Formats: sequence, C-alpha cells, structure tokens
Amino acid sequence: MSVELRAITKTFGALVANDAISLRVEDGEIHAILGENGAGKSTLMNILYGLLQPDSGEISVDNKSVTINAPSDALAVGIGMVHQHFMLIPVFTVAENIVLGHEKTKSLGTLDLSQARAEIARISKEFNFDVDPDAVVETLPVGIQQRVEVIRALMYNAKVLILDEPTAVLTPQETDELLTVMKRLKSQGTSIIFITHKLREVQAVADRITIIRRGKVVGTALPSATQEELATQMVGRPVVLALNKKHPAPGRSLLAIKDLTVTDNRGVELVKNINLEVRAGEIVAVAGVQGNGQTELARAILNLEPHCRGEIQIDGENILGRSVSDAIHSGVAFVPESRELDGLISSFSISENLILDVFDKEPYGKKLAMFPSVVRSEAEKRIQEFDIRTQSVTDPVSSLSGGNKQKVVLARELSRPVKVVVASQPTRGLDVGSIEFVHERMIAERDAGRGVLLFSTELDEVFALADRIAVMYKGEIIDIVPATISRSDLGLLMAGVKQVKA
Amino acid sequence: MNLTPIQLRRRRGVFSMAILSLASLIGFGFLQKNTAPVTFRFVLEKEWVAIHEWTLDSRSGSYGFSAAALLISLWAFFQFRRDKKVHVQSALGGFSLLMAFMCWAASGKMIPFTGLLQGALLLSVPLIFGSMAGVLCERSGVINIAIEGQLLASAFAAGVVASLTKNTTWGLLVAPLAGALISLILATFAIKFSIDQVILGFVINVLVIGMTNFLYKKLLIPYQNTWNSGPILKPIEIPLLSKIPVLGPIFFSQTIIVYLMYAIVLAIHFSLFKTKWGLRTRAIGEHPTAADSVGISVNSLRFKNVIIAGLVAGIGGAYFTVGAVGAFGKEMTAGKGFIALAALIFGRWSPLGAVMAALLFGFADNLQGILSITGTPIPSEFMLMAPYIATIIAVTGFVGRVRAPAADGIPYSRESSH
Repeated sequence: MSVELRAITKTFGALVANDAISLRVEDGEIHAILGENGAGKSTLMNILYGLLQPDSGEISVDNKSVTINAPSDALAVGIGMVHQHFMLIPVFTVAENIVLGHEKTKSLGTLDLSQARAEIARISKEFNFDVDPDAVVETLPVGIQQRVEVIRALMYNAKVLILDEPTAVLTPQETDELLTVMKRLKSQGTSIIFITHKLREVQAVADRITIIRRGKVVGTALPSATQEELATQMVGRPVVLALNKKHPAPGRSLLAIKDLTVTDNRGVELVKNINLEVRAGEIVAVAGVQGNGQTELARAILNLEPHCRGEIQIDGENILGRSVSDAIHSGVAFVPESRELDGLISSFSISENLILDVFDKEPYGKKLAMFPSVVRSEAEKRIQEFDIRTQSVTDPVSSLSGGNKQKVVLARELSRPVKVVVASQPTRGLDVGSIEFVHERMIAERDAGRGVLLFSTELDEVFALADRIAVMYKGEIIDIVPATISRSDLGLLMAGVKQVKA
Repeated sequence: MNLTPIQLRRRRGVFSMAILSLASLIGFGFLQKNTAPVTFRFVLEKEWVAIHEWTLDSRSGSYGFSAAALLISLWAFFQFRRDKKVHVQSALGGFSLLMAFMCWAASGKMIPFTGLLQGALLLSVPLIFGSMAGVLCERSGVINIAIEGQLLASAFAAGVVASLTKNTTWGLLVAPLAGALISLILATFAIKFSIDQVILGFVINVLVIGMTNFLYKKLLIPYQNTWNSGPILKPIEIPLLSKIPVLGPIFFSQTIIVYLMYAIVLAIHFSLFKTKWGLRTRAIGEHPTAADSVGISVNSLRFKNVIIAGLVAGIGGAYFTVGAVGAFGKEMTAGKGFIALAALIFGRWSPLGAVMAALLFGFADNLQGILSITGTPIPSEFMLMAPYIATIIAVTGFVGRVRAPAADGIPYSRESSH
C-alpha cells in the first residue's frame, strides 16, 4: 500500500511544526524520516495517524484521497502506529490491550478474548516474539511491550506501519532484533515509515530517506549516503562526528562511592551496593538502559535521595546524609536529567537561574540584600562564555531553546569551584550543534583535572566521551570496562549478560 | 530474608492482629472488673428460629474471643510463612476481636445481634450507592467529590415529589434524575472545560447545600403538609428467603431500594471487569491517550459514565427520604457522601471492595448507636470516632498499597497531550 502526504501544514500558536511537508511512501518499502528532535517528525506522524488535525494539506492512500479524523480512521485504511511512548494500559494484560477498541463480545456484552489470544500466539510464533497474551503489560520489559504494539498493528491488518523513534528505549540487542523484524515485515509486504534521528539504523534498513529540518522537507537520500552527508542535511551545516580527545591522565580519586544502596520509600532497592570511583582527569560513563537505577544513583550523589546507605566521598570527604548544599559546596556540579523540571525555574530570568546556587553568597548577595547589578553583569559574562543565544539576560529562561537552556544549566554548575561533574543524560533532546558544545565542554572539564561522571543511554555518546564505562543493570554495576569494548559486548552487558573473561 | 512490599505489608497485618489480640485479652479479659451475663439476641420478627438468644459470662466471653483471635493470628502467621494470602484470617480475627469487645462493652446487658446487623446494612445503603457513583466516575478518570451533593439533591427531589404526588414511586423515579442533573454540571465543567475537579466538586456540594437550605426554609417549612410529608416505601418480604434465621430479616425483608442496590452493585462489578464497556472505562481512567489511539472516544464515555454515576447516587439519595423517614431535613445527608468517598478509596476503587468498606463503616456506626443506648464504659464521643479508627487500622494494617486509576482527575484533550 502506498501513502502520500501533500503539503501538510500544522502550527501550534506561533510555532510552525510542519510547513507544507510532502512525501510519498511506496508499497513495501521502509521509508526513513530523519530529523533532529523538534524537527516535526512526530507531529507529522500524529497527523497521519489521526491524533492531530492538519491546518491544511491532504493525505491519500493508494492514490485515493482519504480523510483521517481519528486513529480509528487511520486503522480503517490500513495505517498502524507504534508510538514512541507506548499506547498500552500498564495494568491490563497483553490480550486486553490488544482487543481494546475492537472488542469481540459474547452474550451480556462479556468480553471474548479467546480469539485474540490465539491470534497473538500465532503472530508471536511467526515473528519469534515470545509474547504471553495473559501477561500484565507493566511487568514486561520495554522491548516486549513494543512487540505488543507491533502485534496489535498487525492484527488490525496494518499495511503501513509507522514506527516513531522505536529504538530510543531499546538495548542495542533489542534494536538489532527490531531491525530484523522490520526487514521481515517488509518482505511480507508491509510498508514501514521509520522515524529516527539515528544515522546508523537508517543506513541499516531504509530503502529511502526523507530528511526534515525545522518543519520542512530539506531533501531525500539513499541509504548509501555517508553518515556525514546525512548529518549535514539533518543539521543544515557541516558536522564533525568525531571528537578530538587526548589520552586521559587520571590523577587522585575525586569521587568515591562505597557500598551505596538507595531504596525507595517502600523499601525496594533501586541502587544495590554500588562501588565506583572517578579520578581527576577522567570521564567515567555509566551506561545502561533507561530505568536501571541511573537516575537514583545520580540523585544520591547530590543527597537528593532520602533513603541511602553507604558512603560517597568527594575528594576524600564523606557527604552522604548531609544536605544538598553541602554536596554542591564540596565541589559537585550537577546536570540533572530533566533540565525543565529539575535544572531550571522556567518562569525566572536567565540571570536569576544562573545564580540559584550562590544567590546568598558574595558578590551576589549579603545578609538580606541582593545586588541585581552584579547579578546582571556576571550573567552577561556567562552568556559570552557559554554562547547562550538570547536577546537579554532578563528574559525568562522558558523563552530559550532546549540547547540554550542546557547551556544555562552548564554555565551555572560549572561557574563555581568544581571537583566532580555529574551529568545525567546531558544531551537528551538537544540539536546536534548543542550536543557538540556539551561534549566539548565535558572533555574540557576532564582536561582541566576534574572528574566527570556521565550518565547516558546513548551508546554513541558513551563511546565518544568515556575513558571507562560502568554498566548498570537492575540497580547494580555489573561491570566496569575500558572504552575499547566492542559495541555488541557493551550491548550484552546492558542487557544483563556478563561474559566470563578469558 | 528479602521481602517484597506485599509480604512486608502482610507481615505488618499479621503482627498488628496478634498485638491487638493480646491487648484485647488483657484489656477486655484481665482488666474487666465486674463480670456479668451478656445476652445476644438473634430473633427480630417472623423468621424461623434457630436459637433465640445466647447468654454468656462477659469476662469469659472476652477471654474466649480474644484467645480465638490470638489463635487465628497464629494461623495467619503460618499462612504468611507459606506466602499465602491472609484475607480469611483477617476477617475471622477482626470478628473475634469485635465479639471480645462487645462482651466487655455490653457486660450485663442485651445486644440485639440481628438488629445490629440489619441496622448496619441500612446505614450502609447510602454509602454503597455513593461509593458506586464514585467507582463509575473515578474508574473513568473523573474525580467525584460531589457525591454528597448528589445524595442531598436527590434526597430533596425524592422527598418533595413523593410528598406532592403522595406516591413513593414518583419520588423514586425523580431522585436519579436529580442526581444526574448534578452529574451534568460536574461532567460539563470537568470534562468540557477542564476545571479542577476537586474544587469543582466542592463548589457543587456548597451549591446544593445552599439551594436545598433555601428551598427548605421558604417552601418545606411553611407548606409542610403539601411539600414535606411524603410517604415511605414499605419493606417487601421475599418469600422463603426472608424466613432464614438471622440472614432473612437482614437481607430479604427490605425496601425496593435495597434490592436495587444488590442488583446495581453486582451489575457494576460484573460490567467493570467482564464487559467491553468495563474494559473501555478502565482504559480511559488509566491511560486516555492510549484509549483514544485505538478509536475510543474518551470524553464522551467519561461524560456518559459520570451521568450514570449521578443516576446511581440519586437512588441512594432517595433512601434518605422515601426509603427511611419520608420528610426531608436540612443537610440530612450529614457528610455521608464523603464517607462514601472514603469507602471507595478504602475499597481500592473496586465495587465489591467499596461495598465491604461501606458495610464496615455502617456497622461501626450502628454499633456505636446501640451501645450508646444500652450504655457502655466508653464516652459516646469516642464511640462516634470508632468507624474512622477502624478505617485507619484496616488501611494501615491490612489493605496495603492503594493505587488510584492513573489518569484520575486529569482532563483529557488531544492537543495538550502532545
């Protein structure tokens, strides 16, 4: 089945998310849509799937014009979607999730799941999915949940399958399996629209590539194009994918985590008995699939986790169990996972956000007084140093783009005496330009003799920056390996498989 | 030994039951100064009689039941060790403790046992209807604080209409409509205009109290004979079933409202977990975006369910007037709507769970009433607190983690979810 989008335009207030986008997906092809975060890919797909209505433009399926006002219309014409954030009810079973919206009933309106169970078992067997129809979805690993979504689309006879950033939540092994499944679906006649910003995956499976930048189609390419060419089109200027990094010269231990256990308020252990050391002048990356305790470990270093046991030494001094400000002033810089929620106060100005940690210290303040002129002049300097693009330091920080917001966080955290930088997913959702800036800054911190602890779920980032890699799985560090480890070995570790060393 | 949260909670429940049993043995047994016979009466009216009454010595009664509770705790402990559920043990243990308490509290007196349970059921009726209305709303993702207002408005409507027409049937028919009208306000503002549902529900309650108070003063008091002297529904005895000793008069010699309640509770529980409607309702309460993405019209189903909830609450409201006393009284629901809300949460958003909770509240309420008439060593103010203390003990000890529907109280709109 072929699908064509013609001149689709969608605006949210002043933001033009899709600006006259046209593209055609041929029968039985894998069509990749490549673009940075915020380029408008998800908006476009939500329009195709009927979750959003375009301001103008039209959609046709097999050369016939169709109107898609709701997801049910999309399903009716054979368009299925696997969402980036799964559209599954966590407390329902697999079968219940799959029949939802298309329930078969017996007398009295009671649900009849038997047919769905059989069908799930059949598809599961055909694609080697290993999905139990009666498992409760929230107990399943993310990769399996995604397969549930694929099964659902197939059961409703989707001829065109939209995969919206499907690999963002997967381990490298699961990603490889998904790519194999995509090829098998294609060989059975399903067209696939594959949304991503990961160049390697595009090259691995796509037949054709459409590149979107700032809501517009900026070009098409074939998978034979080099990564540099694709990246350049995606970003709109030449991009250097490799970083220049000198050999590390590790010095004394700046961060030493000893037997750290973090529990939640119900007593469940989220971080289990972790030992980790970061020395001066090295970057240690904590790799792992999202949700394996990285968030809690990072927060624990800042004393943000209330239930901890063990010891966290900053330059030899234990700070665990003391206040957050003790952690900050002992020399920890912290780039939190969610800059909007935990890194910044959105309605405050840029200059105010820059001194959230030191507002009560000289030269910014003294006793009850604050000195706005000093705050402002210091903010001007930071803006120069960190290349923050803004009209004025008095603008609210919410007016900035994601990359510039992250630069404000970095500017604040790195402008006080720092020994250890703890950065949690520092480039998540950023454009390539900002990612380059953050990466260069991390390496600069390392070369200035600080210890950097980087939490990342992106393998590319881990390999670009790390001197050593600690792998977290189910709250434990299951291994610490040199950065020379192969991608596939690291992937296995992230999935919890520890090889016996020869 | 590493315990899961469920096991930890179970252990806490078992231990607190054992400690309470021990406290009961000492408090009601050893420390009971003057022992006297206590009599439980099992006969109410025309049922077949198995035993008429049972008299026992109050101190030995307290000893006996406390010891039984202690043994049951031990049993529960072994169940816990074998990693099994302790529901049956909790229920039996709770009952034994209660009997130990009654032997102590009613020493030298008579407890109308069947009457106690029958009254408990009647006091639970509005709570059960109210909590069913809550289940319907909150499972669909709309918080319903306005149960109190729904009960009060429909109590008023039923009373006035029955009085004007001199016919209980008309009262019973109008009451659900009044409840649905309140639901219409709730649904319109909560779903269509995305108003904060807690504040909205509270405002609706204040509105209904104000309106009924006004009309009560201007209409029902001056023209009492026409406007506020409605007839009362007669109990209907179910042949044979109503003759069963103890259970018959409690469950099968009631008004039509109570029989409707049985049907509605079973229908809601069954529908919620076994039907297409139920699956969809739970889906929109948990993850409306997902429901929308498979073609379920989230807001119209929410709207529909909130209106049905109003109809259900309305029948509960009718119980206050045509089901019980006939005349409407100022603010006569007296916070029952909020207790229904508590029963809903205590029952973990499950219809049968909410019914159990409502029955417990009703029982504690009625026990308090009976003991304050027969006279007890405890001040009546403390007795009034009993239902709530029972709630706290039950929630902390036995119920465990309470998880509301994930999207409860969050308005849904497509554009804002992206």
